[in-house]
Amino acid sequence: MTVTDERTGAAAPVSTTPLLEVRDLHVEFHTRDGVARAVNGVDYSVNAGETLAVLGESGSGKSVTAQTIMGILDMPPGRITQGEILFHGQDMLTMSAEQRRKIRGRKIAMIFQDALSSLNPVLSVGYQLGEMFRVHQGMSRKQARAKSIELMDRVRIPAAKERIGDYPHQFSGGMRQRIMIAMALALEPELIIADEPTTALDVTVQAQVMDLLAELQREYNMGLILITHDLGVVADVADKIAVMYAGRIVETSPVHDIYARPAHPYTKGLLRSIPRLDQKGQELYAIKGLPPNLTRIPGGCAFHPRCPMAQDVCATDVPLLHPVGAERGSACHFWKETIGD
Amino acid sequence: MTEPLTREPASRKPILQVRNLVKHFPLTRGILFKKEIGAVKAVDGISFDLYAGETLGIVGESGCGKSTVAKLLMNLEQATSGEVFYKGEDITRLSGRALKAVRRNIQMVFQDPYTSLNPRMTVGDIIGEPFDIHPEVAPKGDRRARVRELLDVVGLNPEYINRYPHQFSGGQRQRIGIARGLALNPEIIICDEPVSALDVSVQAQVVNLMEKLQDEFGLSYVFIAHDLSIVRHISDRVGVMYLGRMAEIGTDTEIYEHPTHPYTQALLSAVPVPDPQARERRERIILTGDVPSPANPPSGCRFRTRCWKAEERCAQETPLLAVPSVFAGSDSPAAHESACHFAAEKDVVGSASVDAA
Repeated sequence: MTVTDERTGAAAPVSTTPLLEVRDLHVEFHTRDGVARAVNGVDYSVNAGETLAVLGESGSGKSVTAQTIMGILDMPPGRITQGEILFHGQDMLTMSAEQRRKIRGRKIAMIFQDALSSLNPVLSVGYQLGEMFRVHQGMSRKQARAKSIELMDRVRIPAAKERIGDYPHQFSGGMRQRIMIAMALALEPELIIADEPTTALDVTVQAQVMDLLAELQREYNMGLILITHDLGVVADVADKIAVMYAGRIVETSPVHDIYARPAHPYTKGLLRSIPRLDQKGQELYAIKGLPPNLTRIPGGCAFHPRCPMAQDVCATDVPLLHPVGAERGSACHFWKETIGD
Repeated sequence: MTEPLTREPASRKPILQVRNLVKHFPLTRGILFKKEIGAVKAVDGISFDLYAGETLGIVGESGCGKSTVAKLLMNLEQATSGEVFYKGEDITRLSGRALKAVRRNIQMVFQDPYTSLNPRMTVGDIIGEPFDIHPEVAPKGDRRARVRELLDVVGLNPEYINRYPHQFSGGQRQRIGIARGLALNPEIIICDEPVSALDVSVQAQVVNLMEKLQDEFGLSYVFIAHDLSIVRHISDRVGVMYLGRMAEIGTDTEIYEHPTHPYTQALLSAVPVPDPQARERRERIILTGDVPSPANPPSGCRFRTRCWKAEERCAQETPLLAVPSVFAGSDSPAAHESACHFAAEKDVVGSASVDAA
């Protein structure tokens, strides 16, 4: 089983076409300091009604992958060198710009971290919400306004009728993020990509917004890709997790298994390094060293200079995503030892 | 259930006493003739003690006034009223030489290591700058050696003394900020969100460093953060702030396992716990609405507009920060200061079941 190709091995049990599938995606950026390899062979898939959490630190390539799916990657300096992005089995990277535009925005929507800078400050929120209906569905101003009020009600903005003419700065952080969610939902997409949607919010508001997002996802049976660095948020909402490090997926797993028995030393280190609310611990475990510079990613396993289990083979051979039981995979030569102790 | 041992502070002598501290920022209208039309009540009557060698965590959401408290303790902002006693001396009334002498003993570490270090100064100059202001600490010829020593203490290579901040990662920059804070051998370090800008795997390194330095130099920390898990990890006592007031204060066990103020309970229950099994076990309190504006806070209890226990009395009477009468005289961990008329214990983080497992 160790000889099976990583992709066929991991993706074999899927019989129906997933809603979205990313296959062996490579993205690089040409910078003054050289070529930064941000994404180095990412594979993941999401089904309708499913939540995939993509977990990683800054520079792990989690946001670049999402931007590539959404088609908002800055090119240049960005460049897709390899890979496929399949939406309902069709490769979005090879289809015509016209076809692609029909999917992006309408079928796939995105929610960004910072709602204040994602909304236009000089237009009222009603105008910005209504624009979705006017541009994409050719509605009249009056119809669009009615739909916008309905949407603001759906995301539970109090007094939607009175507030539709307000500008983004007149709303609080949590309310602005609700408006972003409303915009993403406007055209009833099949897939939502949320890039750190609650990171800028306070905990009590974060809980409200996550709850709302999860509820709407269930209601519309949407796929959700949740990009985050917060292991707590993941545990609360995700069905499955993909952990990224230096542009690769190092571990994939259903949510329950990964917390109980991580199969990659990086995941294990992350889990041990966060203090817990419900326990007063001793000294925190700290992963030594720093995340790598993307222009000079270490050879072999990118994590080996920081890994407590690293051996000679880790510096030379890139570990493939070994299947670890059903629906799990770990890109570590020593996953058996990692999961065992 | 076994109580986790809290680290006993070195002595029970308060090193810093804060009494009824108030900071109002005036709101004005007009350009030539400024007329005061109100005030943002950022801090509105806060009292607490900091003991030698302990860490006091202050948590709260954005806009609750926790960073203003930090600035007031450093005397970077002039308090509207109230006192901050450092070893019995009220520092809000000091100026000139006396203030300078006190400031040597109270230093600060800032949140954002990207903007709190001057990009045009070398690391050596940044860490050595405090010596220009307080030359009595290190004589001129001795300074470079002292800076190298400090770099070593915070776990950076002393050879980096001539590098610039942009050559360092976020975690390393925060170490530089900490080294600068340590330069004058202070007794108190005020940390305003020292790890929130850092990556998860680097946060633990910096938190461990801060704990090590505390043991080594007998420092007292005021640790201000919005991340409740990190605050619990590092703090001996924790104060919870809401809209310019202290809602509840006590030891970490009292606050996290026996909270009696509804706001603390809601705050704790909202924190995502990295354990999917906890999803089913935990009861979450989802608050409605947003924090009201500090320019126009509600009457009586500040939290009443979002509180599920609020009654008529909460709008009339401001609850005082004191041990609630229901727990008075009892030695249960619920008997700690809580500013609520209807204080009642509630375990929201499910720690009891975790301890047993």
